[in-house]
Amino acid sequence: MKSSFELFWRAMLARMYPRVVGLVRIPSWVLQETILPLLSVSAFVLIYRAMGAPEEYIGFVILGGAMTAFWLNVLWSMGAHFYWERDSGNLELYIMSPASLMAILAGMALGGMIFTMLRASMILLVGIGVFEVRMMPSSWLALLSVFVLTLLALYGLGMMFASLFLLWGREASHLVNLLQEPVYLLSGTNFPVRVLPTAVASIAGIIPLTTGMDAMRQILFGSEGLWPLPVEIALLAVSVVVFIEIARRFLRYFERRAREQGRLSIRWQ
Amino acid sequence: METPAIRTENLTRTYRRVRRPGAAVPVDDRTPFLALDQVSLEVRPGELFGLLGPNGAGKTTLIKILTTLLAPTSGQAWVDGLNVTEHPELIRPRINMVSGGETSGYGILNVRENLWLFAQIYGVSNREAKQRIDRMLEVVGLTDKAGSRVSHLSTGQRQKMNFCRGFITDPKILFLDEPTLGLDVTAARSIRRFVREWLQERPSRTLLLTTHYMAEADELCDRLAIIDKGRVRACDTPGQLKRLAQKYPLFEIQLAPHDATTNFSDLERLPGVHQVTRSDTPSAIVLKISLWEESAIGSVVPQLVAQGGRILTLKKVEPTLEDAFIELVGHGLESNGNGEAK
Ligand SMILES: Nc1ncnc2c1ncn2[C@@H]1O[C@H](COP(=O)(O)OP(=O)(O)OP(=O)(O)O)[C@@H](O)[C@H]1O
Ligand SMILES: [Mg+2]
Repeated sequence: MKSSFELFWRAMLARMYPRVVGLVRIPSWVLQETILPLLSVSAFVLIYRAMGAPEEYIGFVILGGAMTAFWLNVLWSMGAHFYWERDSGNLELYIMSPASLMAILAGMALGGMIFTMLRASMILLVGIGVFEVRMMPSSWLALLSVFVLTLLALYGLGMMFASLFLLWGREASHLVNLLQEPVYLLSGTNFPVRVLPTAVASIAGIIPLTTGMDAMRQILFGSEGLWPLPVEIALLAVSVVVFIEIARRFLRYFERRAREQGRLSIRWQ
Repeated sequence: METPAIRTENLTRTYRRVRRPGAAVPVDDRTPFLALDQVSLEVRPGELFGLLGPNGAGKTTLIKILTTLLAPTSGQAWVDGLNVTEHPELIRPRINMVSGGETSGYGILNVRENLWLFAQIYGVSNREAKQRIDRMLEVVGLTDKAGSRVSHLSTGQRQKMNFCRGFITDPKILFLDEPTLGLDVTAARSIRRFVREWLQERPSRTLLLTTHYMAEADELCDRLAIIDKGRVRACDTPGQLKRLAQKYPLFEIQLAPHDATTNFSDLERLPGVHQVTRSDTPSAIVLKISLWEESAIGSVVPQLVAQGGRILTLKKVEPTLEDAFIELVGHGLESNGNGEAK
């Protein structure tokens, strides 16, 4: 009997593989993933410049563009992707196998992160090179921890969404659609969260993207945050644990329900 | 006593009926649809067990329950002695399933990578995976496509790749749902030969298979269950099932056409003769003679000759599995419409 850790590891890397290979084999993906988002980021920068907004805001837009790429990846490549996996018949094979769905999702996440890292770094490079945004991290260690924690929390949230797709079909993709737009607003992608009313800002703080970006702005631009940096880091760490644990339970629960209702292999609903 | 490889006890599965869109009068079809109805079966380790039944009989439903993808509505099922509802996680490392016409896999990967991926989720080491993949590709004749993208394969090639997928994890119990669906004759034959070999290699292996090809079931399976409308109609060796279908030995005799008025009906009065039916073709008179016992043919032949018949051919008609199937299910495989039970 293989150790369960080894199995988890193998399954995760295996599921990551097609995503990474996709980067090399479908170059148009790369184009679509990097050039297009650059356009919208650039548009924001130019508008802010024209309005004479504080230079700090330009930095927000660049950082926001880079981080939102991860959020979109979580929504579409993790959550909604399970729907596609079921349609193609792969989900059945994953469920029937001894590997846990957490490992499969972790593989998707890892593949998605690598993919999105490319897009995010492209945005950063253009921001620094073309728009001359100055970023001076007060602490590289803090920056790295916040970045890693934010990603873990985001992808943990993505795993939670994915579990819903075991039971629901298209309904769940409406949920994803629904989540996409408000998050732009709530997380303050293109402006400081502090301009939001306090109540809204606190709710928004639950979304790891908001907290993560707010913390990064504090570190990178020395701007004033929603909460002090240590609090935000603690908040992120708690989110990671909570989201991943909820995802684990959801997956177990929804898998059982889906087996009972015969939904693991439905092709059309 | 040996633990059965597969056992089910009054296994029942219902589905909620799907409401038909656009139905003018909403039919009250709240009653659940019975896809499996009190199925009790036992498959021994080492057996190649077949499920035979018309479309919609419940074969795939049964396999999905045994492969832990679907929960029983009532009744129980055990795979390798483990209950499917209580211990799916213990069953999963021991099984695998391939179904004909499945669309799984990643188009962006090549055949070898795709098979590797599905071996990894069973924890197969890279070295072992490579060996097994090589062997299986050889078996199905896909070696030259090992480096081709899955999205570039033909339907049959994809089917062959999926067939390989089932074996590279070295399952103890393997489920094949119409594995030769849509394959050409040669490919289907080498797959059948391999399946037999694979079972003999290790006596602990068990294989459960569904098929629509009677000859395949007959040739391949140690035992067969004939399923219709969610119920097991019979379960036995192919030989026994065929005997079941034909209660009396049957002979066919062709006579040269002649003008004699006799219609050979008096043959039925001979001792040991059960029934005689006559059907004429332009070139011969065809008599089908069923006997209470086989030796009675000895008195039939002289009688025919005495009546002036000139025998052209005489042959014993062997029952086929198809006869058994029709006898048990009441219709052939093709004639069943949508398979909805009443
Ligand atoms: N998810 C589902 N929801 C509702 N009804 C279903 C579902 N899956 C199967 N059925 C019904 O259950 C019955 C048995 O289906 P099943 O797929 O087990 O048949 P089968 O014997 O495999 O047929 P075939 O030879 O066509 O593959 C069919 O009438 C089918 O319509
Ligand atoms: Mg079927």
